[in-house]
Amino acid sequence: MARKISILIVDDEDSVRDSLYNWFIEDGFRVECAENAKKALTILESGEFDIILADIKMPGMDGLEMLRRIKSLKKDSIVIVMTAFATVDTAVKALKDGAYDYVTKPFDPDDLTHLIRNATKQISLTDENENLKKKVISLENVEDLIGGSEAMKNVLREVESVAQTNSSVIITGESGTGKELVARAIHSNSSRKYFPFVSVHCGALTESLLESELFGHEKGAFTGAMYNRKGRFEMADSGSIFLDEIATISTKMQVELLRVLESKTFTRVGGNKEISSDFRVICATNKDLKNMVEKGTFREDLYYRLNVVNIQIPPLRDRKEDIPLLVDYFIKKYCTSMNKPAVPIDQSALKRLQEFNFPGNIRELENMIERAIVVGTGKKIGLQDLPLEKTMVNNFAESLDDFERAFILQILNKYNWNISRTAKALKVDRVTLYNKIKKYDLKLAGQ
Amino acid sequence: MNLQNITLISFGYFGKDILEKAAGAVSQEFNFPVSIKEGHIDLSEFYDSARRQYNGNSLLKQVDSVSLPDSFKTLGIFNVDLFIPILTFIFGQAFLGGKTGIASIYRLDNERYGMVGNSQILLNRFTKEVVHELGHTFGLIHCLNPSCVMRSSTYVEDIDQKTQNLCIRCREEFVSLTGV
Repeated sequence: MARKISILIVDDEDSVRDSLYNWFIEDGFRVECAENAKKALTILESGEFDIILADIKMPGMDGLEMLRRIKSLKKDSIVIVMTAFATVDTAVKALKDGAYDYVTKPFDPDDLTHLIRNATKQISLTDENENLKKKVISLENVEDLIGGSEAMKNVLREVESVAQTNSSVIITGESGTGKELVARAIHSNSSRKYFPFVSVHCGALTESLLESELFGHEKGAFTGAMYNRKGRFEMADSGSIFLDEIATISTKMQVELLRVLESKTFTRVGGNKEISSDFRVICATNKDLKNMVEKGTFREDLYYRLNVVNIQIPPLRDRKEDIPLLVDYFIKKYCTSMNKPAVPIDQSALKRLQEFNFPGNIRELENMIERAIVVGTGKKIGLQDLPLEKTMVNNFAESLDDFERAFILQILNKYNWNISRTAKALKVDRVTLYNKIKKYDLKLAGQ
Repeated sequence: MNLQNITLISFGYFGKDILEKAAGAVSQEFNFPVSIKEGHIDLSEFYDSARRQYNGNSLLKQVDSVSLPDSFKTLGIFNVDLFIPILTFIFGQAFLGGKTGIASIYRLDNERYGMVGNSQILLNRFTKEVVHELGHTFGLIHCLNPSCVMRSSTYVEDIDQKTQNLCIRCREEFVSLTGV
């Protein structure tokens, strides 16, 4: 169902306001009036209007100044200015300043009807455009999840099954594995896909900032709170909210978050009106939350509230067979954005990439390819274009012993310290592996 | 005394026939008894010499101030050219969901547009305008249905396009608003 269009009428003459109010109310619009520009700006601070119909000549702040202020607050506001015959020049100036149109008073009923009909059409086109953009972005996000490996197929299967539900999801995985992409994929495959996907990086904000960011604030709630502001939970109404780095939030915020998740209601900072919002929570972390619960640094009740479904994204080193696909994808992506023809990658370079461990995961690989396209010759991506040598030396140890120790430990961890499987992977027998473990004093984490 | 009574008050001379026929149509459409009364206002007080028209806002307020104890909806009927400050002319206007409206026959006659007069067309237009403004007093807003009497009309040709009846949607809305 189409939403109700709202109109704000700004004119110092009572008779003009009354006439327009009656006219628009009979057409089924939501209408409010202001007798001067100052009052209009106050009304606009607390609520949004689709169309603002303002007189140019008003005592105090005139319509042109008000137009400039409205445009600085919200660039795409539709402001229609009203003017007398003698001030058409001013109306033209208003158009240059961003007014949608102007009408000369008194106007023909048909002119007013057409003007409002055109503005309404533009509003519905803008709404439709926004929705389509969101839809396109959603589809791209699914395509961004590259990988043919069994590990990645498992992730996609989990995304598919969890998307159709409303359950909270925790996505775990090392930094750079694409946790936000998975969250977007869940959202864009869910019934909430036509509503907002709101992302919050909890680790980047202080406790008070995060509180204001999540719950919003009222004007005057703290120094610098000049306007009312919607919080991310409110923005995510009917959609999904993605809380990245959830492990970094303070104990106080954990309590607040738990309360919001339980009741789906909250109040803005400095406000007393309870706001309800229907959102789905998707969280991500690279920390071991269960371990944090055991240590008492993360609330157990919140952990169980969030951890209804857990999707674990494997690090890139555990799905190296996906590297050629990813390389191909990033080459196409960056060549297109840089307006360059797609360049192939040298087989030896690709082989070296597959041998590399990528502690920074996909993000690191992406940056490498982007750099190679920027600095490369443009014909072929070769070993010389990839910063592998330097990274590998830094990545691993200075001596052969250190290298061997780190490598064996990595394979042991990969196979959960299963000696037989690790030995098989290293192509050594079990006795040799035991000797190496003893030599390098290797221990299972936590022991 | 019936409090559920609609009153049409004529200010100025009208043929009795046209008022009675319009009242009959209103009664049929809204299912309330309709009475016709004659009113007297000094229209010169509402005349705007610069525009050579009569101020519709002031007239609406004036009619609204007339207390009719036996009437719950009142429509003032005029034969002068009405305007509101922001628009060049109006056929009529009403308080949405209120008790009062006004309508003018002035711009509804074909002779006003240099054509041959037609009393039937005039009656049809007048009836539609009266039903339309009274519809607003019942709380009905403009309708997008081209045949609905609540469709907004800016020219007489628009009035000719619609019927003098409420569409199904507006009828349902009317019933939910009035319980009739």
